[in-house]
Amino acid sequence: MFKPMALAFSVASTLAVVLPAVPAQAEDSLYVPLLTYRTGPYAGSGIGIADGMHDYLEMLNQRDGGIGGVKIAIEECETGYNSQKGVECYEATKGKGALVYNPWSTGITLQLIPKAGVDKIPVLSMAYGLSAAADGKTFPWVFNPPMTYWDGASVAVKYIGGKEGGLAKLKGKTIGFIYLDAPYGKEPIPLLEDLAKEYGFKLMKYPVPGDKMQDQSSQWLNVQSDSPDWMIMWGWGAMNPTAVKEAAKIGYPMDHFIGVWFSGGDDDAKAGGAGAKGFLTLNFNGTGAGYPALADIKKYVVAKGLSQVKGDDRVGENNYNHGVYNSMLIAEAIRNAQKIAGKKMVDAADVRAGLETLNIDAARIEAMGLKDFMAPMKVTCDDHSGENSVYVQQWDGAKWTKVSDWIEPMKDKIRPMLVADAKAYADKNAPWPARTEACGGR
Amino acid sequence: MLYREVGQFKTTYAADMAVFPIRQDRIGILAMVAIAAVGVPLVANDFVLTSIMIPGLIFTLAAIGLNILTGYAGQISLGTGAFMGVGAYAAYKLANAFPEVNILVWIVTSGVFSAMIGVVFGLPSLRIKGLYLAVTTLAAQFFLEWCFVRIGWLTDYSSSGAIEAVRRSLAGMPITGPEAEPLTRYFVVLALVIGLTWVTSNLVHGRIGRTWMMVRDMDIAAELMGVRLLPAKLLAFAVSSYLAGVAGAMMVFFWLGAAEPSAFGISLSFQVLFMVIIGGLGSLLGSWLGAAFIWALPVVLKFAPGLVGIEIASATVEHLNSMIVGALIIFFLIVEPHGLARLWAVTKQKLRVWPFPW
Repeated sequence: MFKPMALAFSVASTLAVVLPAVPAQAEDSLYVPLLTYRTGPYAGSGIGIADGMHDYLEMLNQRDGGIGGVKIAIEECETGYNSQKGVECYEATKGKGALVYNPWSTGITLQLIPKAGVDKIPVLSMAYGLSAAADGKTFPWVFNPPMTYWDGASVAVKYIGGKEGGLAKLKGKTIGFIYLDAPYGKEPIPLLEDLAKEYGFKLMKYPVPGDKMQDQSSQWLNVQSDSPDWMIMWGWGAMNPTAVKEAAKIGYPMDHFIGVWFSGGDDDAKAGGAGAKGFLTLNFNGTGAGYPALADIKKYVVAKGLSQVKGDDRVGENNYNHGVYNSMLIAEAIRNAQKIAGKKMVDAADVRAGLETLNIDAARIEAMGLKDFMAPMKVTCDDHSGENSVYVQQWDGAKWTKVSDWIEPMKDKIRPMLVADAKAYADKNAPWPARTEACGGR
Repeated sequence: MLYREVGQFKTTYAADMAVFPIRQDRIGILAMVAIAAVGVPLVANDFVLTSIMIPGLIFTLAAIGLNILTGYAGQISLGTGAFMGVGAYAAYKLANAFPEVNILVWIVTSGVFSAMIGVVFGLPSLRIKGLYLAVTTLAAQFFLEWCFVRIGWLTDYSSSGAIEAVRRSLAGMPITGPEAEPLTRYFVVLALVIGLTWVTSNLVHGRIGRTWMMVRDMDIAAELMGVRLLPAKLLAFAVSSYLAGVAGAMMVFFWLGAAEPSAFGISLSFQVLFMVIIGGLGSLLGSWLGAAFIWALPVVLKFAPGLVGIEIASATVEHLNSMIVGALIIFFLIVEPHGLARLWAVTKQKLRVWPFPW
């Protein structure tokens, strides 16, 4: 035997196992890989989302026989919110005819953005990822509806302004921003700084390192001594319940504490106990299970044991509903693509066109059984996020209640910033390919 | 069996002292290189290349880097992840600042920057030994990670805080960026890793390697015999960080395509450290085996059930994966605490004397 035989063996066995791989997907199904995370430090947020995404698509399979009569082949791939594993999942599934990717991590999204245009598979980063990706001219293959983080941050400031009696009254106030010290948490900073300058409020930043999410006592000690008038949070995973707990502990007024939509998990707020009452977050989907579509999920999926959700009570939690919203976007994009392409078996390029012409009006929302679950939303060729409206919800100790109307983001302020940032991204990654896709077409 | 060395006479001193004194080994190593350069590209699909071979090779280089420091020079380090990061950010900055220079030049140069940083953090090693040194390198890990997050200049003030692989070509073929074919990237990575392994092999088998091993085995004795400890240790830190830096640059440019600071976190340092320990301290072969074991095995385990048609929930696979890999690590460490390389050495010795083991 040769010396490096062991290595040869390991390589050979690896190949032997992997090569017969990539079984061709059944010709008559729409393949949707779901990059999910049910393990790791962010599993607390990830499990609900994974279940919501899977169950809504499975419900379409069970109730309607798929989309337009074509079954959806759903495959979950575990990323653990880890960028290395995310790329692994992408490479493992893209050859099977993936129609669209939902990375569910800003880090993985950033890796997929340059690949999307080359592999011709759209990336749908629902209200997360690179805000600048909303510029459809620069990023034809990336979508971040219903709105970007910048839109969200502007709505938070608008809401605060409303409570203070007008944006002009913000002058001299202090707004604290506590965020996960990662690309995700840092996204809204440029906009908040800009708004601080414009409206004359002081922005205090409290970064929370990713490996110290469960120990925020020093950040909240600073909050206590600075005592900002309002707090805004961009948190995820274990950071959210810890922040709510700490805020309650120092006695911060919870009705002056606004989280982003991803800080609004039911478990996040529950962690604060009675002290969490009054905690606010932004949201773009309804909570609770009181919608016909969610009743169908219970009937067709959960009751049949096809879901990983044990029991009904998890259906309707905020993270679960984020997942449902995400899958609704996928399904509507595919449906739209079938209409545009005039055929049932669409490919990834068709789905891109479907996403780009997404227009979900009130009638369609009602037909989907999601009345009051969401606001009408629209994506255009230029605007891949749509900058749709958000509302504010409040935790009453047991569940979320809607406490504001749908608030429009500061579009005229954000749009130029998005375009400028998209240009900066393209310049940095020169030569960034120019858009060749026709608007709404392939 | 195959390992019959009858008739192989060594007539020169050089032949006796060769890295591979047995002819079968030399044929074997050539066969391995041939398999990697010709066989794998012929049969492997994109997934095998991008998820197993390319990261496996990159981790091999990182493991060799750490092995120099920990295995050969005996200095425990927990900062490998950060040193890889320094290489990645250096390559990114250099490639953007001088786009006309070939990217391969910058990949190879990027290691110089992490070598310099490595030397700075290696300075305490003269006074601090063993586990205490591990703690100071841990400080390097946290400090550098903090820099990646905080210093906007490193990412050219990117709003996302991440760096992306720029698009560059070699002789008209895109080798980095999204357009680069997996096969092209694989060849580049393979060439760099084999080349650097060869250079390192020459280093550790020569005078420098011997001084490192003297320092490792007993530094006072080494000092008495005329080895100057500080230069020897700092050189080990420099070479180790250099290789880690090149591996980090390759990680962003040839594998991931983009990286956020958390990609160079403490878990990456541990991942590489495990590769070195499992593979075998003080062995280049060990670095290769360790990287293959720690990197490729979980990937194979993750996707194998789906390929043979067993339906398991993705999270369950992940849990099983951790359990199986963990159990195997314990098993191998009990069977052979000196790592896979030693396991191979024992096997080889048995094969050489087979069938008369006495």
